[in-house]
Amino acid sequence: MKKRRLGRGVAVVGAGMSKFDMFKDRDSRDLFAEAFTEALLSVDKGLDPAEIGALYLGNDSNDYFVRQSHWGPIIADVAGLTPKPSTRTEGACASSALAFREGVLAIASGFYDLVLVGGVEDMSKRTTEEVAEGLALAAVPYENRVGFTFPGVFGAVATAYFARYGAGREHLMDITIKSHDNAPLNPKAQFPYTSKDTMKAKAESLRKRGRAVPDWRDEKDFLFDPAANPPVAWPLHLFDCCPISDGASCVLLAGEEIARRFTDDPLHVAGIGQGSGRGLHACEDLTSFEATRAAAREAYAMSGLTPKDIQFCEVHDCFSIAELLHIEDLGFFKPGAGFKAVAEGQTRLHGPKPINTSGGLKCKGHPVGATGTSQIYEVWTQLRGKAGKRQVPIKELRIGGAHNLGGTGGTCTFTILERR
Amino acid sequence: MAERPFNDISYNLFLNEDKLMGSKCKKCGTRSVPPRPLCTRCYSTDLEWVEVPGRGKLAAFTCIYIAPPFMVAQGYNRNNPYVSGVIDLEDGGRVDARIEGIEPESPEEIKVGTPMKVKFIHRKDTDSEETYLGFEPL
Repeated sequence: MKKRRLGRGVAVVGAGMSKFDMFKDRDSRDLFAEAFTEALLSVDKGLDPAEIGALYLGNDSNDYFVRQSHWGPIIADVAGLTPKPSTRTEGACASSALAFREGVLAIASGFYDLVLVGGVEDMSKRTTEEVAEGLALAAVPYENRVGFTFPGVFGAVATAYFARYGAGREHLMDITIKSHDNAPLNPKAQFPYTSKDTMKAKAESLRKRGRAVPDWRDEKDFLFDPAANPPVAWPLHLFDCCPISDGASCVLLAGEEIARRFTDDPLHVAGIGQGSGRGLHACEDLTSFEATRAAAREAYAMSGLTPKDIQFCEVHDCFSIAELLHIEDLGFFKPGAGFKAVAEGQTRLHGPKPINTSGGLKCKGHPVGATGTSQIYEVWTQLRGKAGKRQVPIKELRIGGAHNLGGTGGTCTFTILERR
Repeated sequence: MAERPFNDISYNLFLNEDKLMGSKCKKCGTRSVPPRPLCTRCYSTDLEWVEVPGRGKLAAFTCIYIAPPFMVAQGYNRNNPYVSGVIDLEDGGRVDARIEGIEPESPEEIKVGTPMKVKFIHRKDTDSEETYLGFEPL
């Protein structure tokens, strides 16, 4: 494939994210202000917001969730950036990864020296059924019409994967348990509890209400209990699915040659890739996302790096099965080998290829439009050695990846950041 | 009668008539189900409608407990799940479909690869009729 290059190098010089959670009393504006404030404070040598040339803002569906569209200028106003240009990008759950990519290209073109990119979503003011409908607007029309929901599409993908490779629900649980083990180490996570914590809390709640407490042997026994972990879209159950979340995140991007004005420790954008996919009825393979593979090919070719070089990665685990497909599509494991690698602990924080150290969408939360740049935030935090208890324990941590997926694989991105 | 445009409106109108239809490129012969308005192999717009035999194999499925509002309106919910799936058609191509004739509450019994045949699911609302593409075991 053609090796693409940036016309000018681009660096990340700051990043921030709000706490992710379901907030009754917070909205997109104050969530973004929280993320932006942290991003400004994260710039080691300081940065005058007046120098920011433009804002690129990812938002999937606040139009539906809070009946307000046109978030570009609203958020530009929150950040005090008006009358500078603000452009909204929409790629379903990959919306802010598109904002990141557009920001990179805008600086690479030479048009801007410094841009703010980010995302925001305010989902929790609707009922679960309404949120499910709102998200499913980003599926393929044929999928919606026959009753597929988002969990439904990924549930179907799971049955195809199980049939082809001999995996089962217990292997998806390995992913859930791993994400829940990382989450308590992330102060921004929506669910900072291990699955054991959750199991104990559930037992305690049953006991308090005078109900019988099942004698669960371990986390998997707990997760196999349909009363504790009810089906959503079989084979996917509640603990296979990410939650409904509100949140915001953002990243400051600068031309590489001026990045050291802001920090002695910038992260270089080594590779960016984006692909488009066609949904279940037309994709090449039901156990793989063609858009992820295209994005990965592009980012690897651009960076000259291979899957082995990616020391840790955030991937779009909207559902447990999705993480399995991504770690194969990104080339970390061979097709059909991902579930065994996960079972062996290879993707754990202390394993050879840590995946979703943040707790992933499952536990960190998934305010859809904010997820892409929140993944970049995690890579930024890890590569600069600021991840505290969840710091990846690899000496000379230099290269991290972030993979974002929108819809039922319609839009996928892969970004590689490098500390030089 | 002028030929129906090659789009989803027409695809759904044919379903109302119990026909699973695709588009076929008159120039290179490529068939698409559901139909496409443009042949993306040779970029011809010289197309015709072809009926697709409604037989295939179950390629993937899911039993849905948390239903979207329009399925809730049809009586489905966490106590009454339904099945949606993907069918690999006998002579090529793939479609999304409602799956009937199998028990959503015993998903372990449902096997990928099961031979299936088409079932047009008609639903009359007060002022319109809609047909959902369905498949059931052969």
